[in-house]
Amino acid sequence: MTIDRRNFLKLATRGAAVTAAASAGVAKVAEARPNKQMPEEALGLLFDGTLCIGCRACMPACKEANNMPPELTPLEMQKGDVNALWDAPLDISAKTLNCIKAYSNGTGETKDAVVDGHAFTKKSCYHCVDPSCVSVCPVSAMTKDPVNGIVSYSVDACIGCRYCVASCPFGVPRFEYDSPKPKIAKCELCKHRMADGKYSACAEVCPTGATLYGKVKDLKAEIARRKALEPGTMTTFPRGRIGDGETYQGRVGKYVEHVYGEKEIGGTQVLHLSGVPFELLDKPALPDISPASQSETIQHGLYYGLIAPATFLGILVAAARRNMRDETTPTTPPPPEGKGTP
Amino acid sequence: MSANAEHSHPHPAPAPLGGKLLTPVTITFLIPIIVMGVMLAFRFVRGIGAVTNLNDGYPWGLWIAWDVVIGSALAGGGFTVALLTYILNRGEYHPLVRPALVAALLGYMQAGFSVMIDLGRWWDFWHIFWPKYAQLNSVLFEVALCITAYIIVMWMEFMPVVMERFGWKRARERLNKTLFFFVGVGVLLPTMHQSSLGTLLVVFGNQIHPLYQSKLLPLLFLTSTIGMGLSAVTLEAGVSSLGLKRPFEREILGKLLNVGRLLAGIYIVVRIADLIYRGAIGSAFQPSLPALTFWIEMFLFSVPLWLLASQESRKHGGKLLMGALSLAFAGILYRLSAFLVAYDTGAGWHYFPSLGEMAVTFGLISFEVVGIIFAIRLLPILPAAEPDTRTT
Repeated sequence: MTIDRRNFLKLATRGAAVTAAASAGVAKVAEARPNKQMPEEALGLLFDGTLCIGCRACMPACKEANNMPPELTPLEMQKGDVNALWDAPLDISAKTLNCIKAYSNGTGETKDAVVDGHAFTKKSCYHCVDPSCVSVCPVSAMTKDPVNGIVSYSVDACIGCRYCVASCPFGVPRFEYDSPKPKIAKCELCKHRMADGKYSACAEVCPTGATLYGKVKDLKAEIARRKALEPGTMTTFPRGRIGDGETYQGRVGKYVEHVYGEKEIGGTQVLHLSGVPFELLDKPALPDISPASQSETIQHGLYYGLIAPATFLGILVAAARRNMRDETTPTTPPPPEGKGTP
Repeated sequence: MSANAEHSHPHPAPAPLGGKLLTPVTITFLIPIIVMGVMLAFRFVRGIGAVTNLNDGYPWGLWIAWDVVIGSALAGGGFTVALLTYILNRGEYHPLVRPALVAALLGYMQAGFSVMIDLGRWWDFWHIFWPKYAQLNSVLFEVALCITAYIIVMWMEFMPVVMERFGWKRARERLNKTLFFFVGVGVLLPTMHQSSLGTLLVVFGNQIHPLYQSKLLPLLFLTSTIGMGLSAVTLEAGVSSLGLKRPFEREILGKLLNVGRLLAGIYIVVRIADLIYRGAIGSAFQPSLPALTFWIEMFLFSVPLWLLASQESRKHGGKLLMGALSLAFAGILYRLSAFLVAYDTGAGWHYFPSLGEMAVTFGLISFEVVGIIFAIRLLPILPAAEPDTRTT
């Protein structure tokens, strides 16, 4: 393409104007959008894998509390294509909001041992402090409560685009692919039971307090207490809802250093303690910075105050106006159809 | 050749091509459209899973990656040719404006249609435009709004064609006075949403392979879109010159692809610099599928740089088509890789499009082809044929 110097300078100046406007926006917003902060009264769960006995009582309790259908998983491992006659989910799904999963190695004998051991973990929504699903939803179907921080889904708003499913780093929101009127399914911390003074069904039924419900600040204090205790000694664990007074007597676990959910993508309201490294439990390794903040920094930077698009539009319209001034309707009438073509 | 051509371009006025609409070619292309209809009936009665292989590990598949992201990028010729012709005032590209616009309009309409069939709760799509629901942090919100606005703007840009056809002179003159505004908006909007289609992936974080996850995704998507659009215009011109036995406008298309070369060069420099800056270049040398697609992509982007390096090569029809094909596939592969190959949500998830999904995509491509053929036969889009003096 041959562009003479005058034209090139003009173009360069305009390009620079748009770039400057865009980068001013990026700079402006880059400082304005760090990770979001945990609400003061945030509610959540503490899952202590060393206390979990793998009874899975939390799973049917969750199904019942949330009116979810059973998952008749094919028992391929056992006998051909025979389906289970009971609820037997292998993972969370559009029918299952909560699932206890197991790690097993060698003989599997020793609880919370990496070699020849086994360990349990819970999979359900983490109620991120800075959730991707809320950031990406184009129609506000995913929302985070400003007070208790619960991440909720509204089917009335949802258009079924599945951006939440695609973006969640934990793979939590699930979609009904087999329904002409599909919904997204995800744990909402049994917020519908709060009106009756109740709390998360999974924590309520947990016999050992492995799943514990409460305010995140209380749960964090409990984590600190447990980690300060001598592993193997007996202690009293709160059970159900922290502060309610229900307890369980058990041994202190030998915890790994890492508290999963404390820092992951800016922190979550569901926290995990474990006796085995989290990568063995299929917990994704995630950075401290939230993807939502990165995405929004770029997006709001480019569109900050619509400065860059408006500047660009001004240049475009002015140029188009000048260059199209001579554009008139063709004076030569179009030749009759079909002329000269096979 | 004057560098700054005024509108004294000696191009013949556009005219309808005429001829039969139902030919063996168009009838053949109707078959995939009918098959698509059957597949969509299943999809709307039984759900998305009845036709597609989509799952919670790959909730976006062929219909998004190909029909929306690639389909709209290939339609980028519409705004790039308008940009060259009306904004940079390069009148020599004028004959390409209308064909590019028709292709863009059809490309974006099939993209919009594809979004509708991919939306699980499609009947509520209007929520995006309703202030009560609109969520301004969402990149997808901006993409949806922007694409919809662009389709409307393209119809406005297209109206003169219809008005000419039916001889609505007064309306045409009136619209002409404001057309510059639509042309301006019609260049702005695609630069916005084509870059945002890349930004869509930023929030996926480390679920996207380091070779593809980048804060420069919007810039890489934008530069490659322009190359893809220009290539698509060249290829359409090639096909119509072969299929309709019209002259192949080598002079103009050579220049057009030279712009494409510039963009391909910028793309490669930005892409490599970004990988070095992020310290991710090493993963290009570790065996993985994203690394393989990366190298193929780099090769395809480089083809027009050396193949069309000389003035002579840019007048060679075969080389022009090769260069255009390579640049188009480079952008296609980049998008397929970024959206599907480089996307990994953990163990156990797999996705390859089902036959049903592919049938719908073929149906949509066929709709575009038939649409373009009908449009150029019925409406004044291609320049009136004149004796071809350049070819033998």
